[in-house]
Amino acid sequence: MRQAEFDSANPLRSPLDRRLPRVAGPCALVIFGVTGDLSRKKLMPAVYDLANRGLLPPSFALVGFARRDYSGEDFAQEVHDSVREYSRTEFREDVWAQLAQGFRFVAGDFSDDTAFDALAATVTALANEQGTGGNTAFYLSIPPGMFPLVVQQLKRSGLASDDRGGWRRVVVEKPFGHDLTSAQELNQVLDEVFPSGSIFRIDHYLGKETVQNLLALRFANTLYEPIWNSNYIDHVQITMAEDIGIGSRAGYYDGIGAARDVIQNHLLQLMALTAMEEPVSFAAEHVRLEKEKVLASVVLPEDLDAHTARGQYGPGWQGGEEVIGYMQEANIPPTSTTETYAAITLHVDTRRWAGVPFYLRTGKRLGRRVSEIAVVFKRAPHLPFATTDTEELGSNTLVIRVQPDEGITMKFGSKVPGTQMEVRDVTMDFAYGDSFTESSPEAYERLILDVLLGDPPLFPRHEEVEMSWQILDPILQNWAANGKPEEYDPGTWGPASSDEMLARDGRVWRRP
Amino acid sequence: MTTRLENTTAGEIVRTINAERHRIGATATGMVLTLIIVTDEENQSDATRAASYSAMEHPCRIITLIPRPGRVEPQLDANIDVGDTMGPGETVRLRLRGALADHAASVALPLLLPDTPVVVWWPTRAPEVPAEDPVGSLAQRRITDVAAEHHPLHSLLTRQTGYVAGDTDLAWTRTTVWRSMLAAALDLPFARITGVDVRCERSNPSGVLLQAWLHNCLKVPVQLHRSQGPGITDVTIHTADGPIELSRPDGRTARLSRPNVNAHDVPLPRRDLRDLIGEELRRLDPDDTYAEALAAVEVPKPARRKRAARKPATESQGDSDA
Repeated sequence: MRQAEFDSANPLRSPLDRRLPRVAGPCALVIFGVTGDLSRKKLMPAVYDLANRGLLPPSFALVGFARRDYSGEDFAQEVHDSVREYSRTEFREDVWAQLAQGFRFVAGDFSDDTAFDALAATVTALANEQGTGGNTAFYLSIPPGMFPLVVQQLKRSGLASDDRGGWRRVVVEKPFGHDLTSAQELNQVLDEVFPSGSIFRIDHYLGKETVQNLLALRFANTLYEPIWNSNYIDHVQITMAEDIGIGSRAGYYDGIGAARDVIQNHLLQLMALTAMEEPVSFAAEHVRLEKEKVLASVVLPEDLDAHTARGQYGPGWQGGEEVIGYMQEANIPPTSTTETYAAITLHVDTRRWAGVPFYLRTGKRLGRRVSEIAVVFKRAPHLPFATTDTEELGSNTLVIRVQPDEGITMKFGSKVPGTQMEVRDVTMDFAYGDSFTESSPEAYERLILDVLLGDPPLFPRHEEVEMSWQILDPILQNWAANGKPEEYDPGTWGPASSDEMLARDGRVWRRP
Repeated sequence: MTTRLENTTAGEIVRTINAERHRIGATATGMVLTLIIVTDEENQSDATRAASYSAMEHPCRIITLIPRPGRVEPQLDANIDVGDTMGPGETVRLRLRGALADHAASVALPLLLPDTPVVVWWPTRAPEVPAEDPVGSLAQRRITDVAAEHHPLHSLLTRQTGYVAGDTDLAWTRTTVWRSMLAAALDLPFARITGVDVRCERSNPSGVLLQAWLHNCLKVPVQLHRSQGPGITDVTIHTADGPIELSRPDGRTARLSRPNVNAHDVPLPRRDLRDLIGEELRRLDPDDTYAEALAAVEVPKPARRKRAARKPATESQGDSDA
């Protein structure tokens, strides 16, 4: 909305002129924790890629804040190196040189008042030197435990107030708390200083091209809407699998586990997008409203033990390599009951979805790295063939492959060539990966640009976060009261209990 | 791998493409458009390469038509590339010999992909009214390039009179980076605009289009001046507070300066053919902004001034009288 007003003031911009890219307005991006992994591997390269694609304004500035004692040049060099290594687009020195003009670095501790005063001075100076107009986005690439401190510092130093003109936005990454109470506390911390419209919760999954294409698939076509309901859909499986273990992330992962790490944010968001009604428009508020309605109508199964499953990867061989189990990973306490695999059953209590279970699963050390939404249709009510003809016929399935190999697969029955009537499953494929990878931007590029444009349709609001915790909390409590998760072999598709969970409903997991 | 077919027909070409696809196990799904290139021997290689590069972004079937008129028996020769070397798309290069050169559309028609958009591109000389050309009429979108013709400004006027919705020209595509940067410059608050100066190389159609576009948007006099190039070199927007200037003397990096703010260098490289074609294929609907800019173009009759080049010549646009 803001963007529209902004545009109309500029005589050179017109909605008819669609060649001109949506370039962010003048602004500064302040990154806290700028020396961290995420910042080096994802954020900085994404900023560079945006600049390379001409989507950042000439007056863009980037301010790094971290504890390390860098000079401005050291900082530029450090960013230069990581951008060279990780950027998606070709590295061009002239683009880099232009971008680096707007780089600043402020060293300091989060509890250090003078450092924040120096930061405030830097940001103010940039308004004139670079022409940022005072517009500032704060990216908190730091552990959530630090949020209260940093946010209070932003308030104290006057950085958070927009009295001196321009907008202020704050960007936070998951995890958004570890249960409902902590999520609410976190939100309070942010809410005290920033208005809710200025808080951007980044879920990099939602920046994926395929996730956005899900909306196009559902609402730009006539083909799917008539069958997108319980009359035709048998159930939905949403999977996010990783083939790696936790690596060195024990400190973060232990005590959190697969459900909190992935289901609460990614999978429930994907489910909401799959199940939601058509929004009035694609304006942020309308899309959120529909997502919230889905989350509000979720009901849990009565018997949580029978309809959820969890596991922990054990030691073994995976893809020709011997790997250690979760309990053998560094810094995992022997008493740990953290799950590395979680599967849950949810129902959406609406007319559209009555009786259609949504199965959500995620895990580490599974068969391969894959994320997908599989919509499994009911079998035809009557088959005018002999049963032997259709023995090999499965259910029609529409699979939205989120990553890797983004695209859409449709599985349906087809006659096998020959004199006999024999029907077998075949697939029809649309692959983004084959053809559009060249220009398909990284999720972070899209999300950072959306933050700078102030266009948040893909960002979950705190209501959604809290609703997700409301869904997950009873399951987590049930698990906590029931001892250790079941061990599963690495490189498989999870513990036996998750297969039993589907078998109870007469269904099977799709092998992704 | 290139398959060569001599003295062939469109039907056989289609069969060959399908057989080749079948052999390498690829399917023709996912191709989003057919691109027909009408060109000569000299330019076919560059044009086809640029187009197949953009096929990475827009998987397509590329049909390059190379008319070879002359007093020989009509004959159709084809070079077919499927898969690997030419990216995900497929390329068919056709030489139309003898009288067949005048019937290119009859060859192209059976080769169009079913139910997907068709784009025609003339990398050099284009027909006077592209939409009424037999090949041009097959397409939704027709790309020309007046800068590659003998008299670019004269050709620009031909484009103007022959314009039909769906036409577009690479001279316009070349202005996109300038237009984008100028629009970004006006995203910051600015004072009342009193006039604009555009400097570009002699007979630069992009400069003329940029001038027309600025005049349409800003409704102030826009003067066009000659410079040494390359291409467009300067745009100065005069405001009540002073000039906002974007200047690119070297064809690579531009300097953006404005009142009360430090000047910035911004990369503004001249773009190559594959970038331009890639941008053109991104949108297949009529470009209304181009239509308006083209309609507003006023090219003065080539005044044959004798040795008057001491003072930089000024071509005016709009209500000023220069």
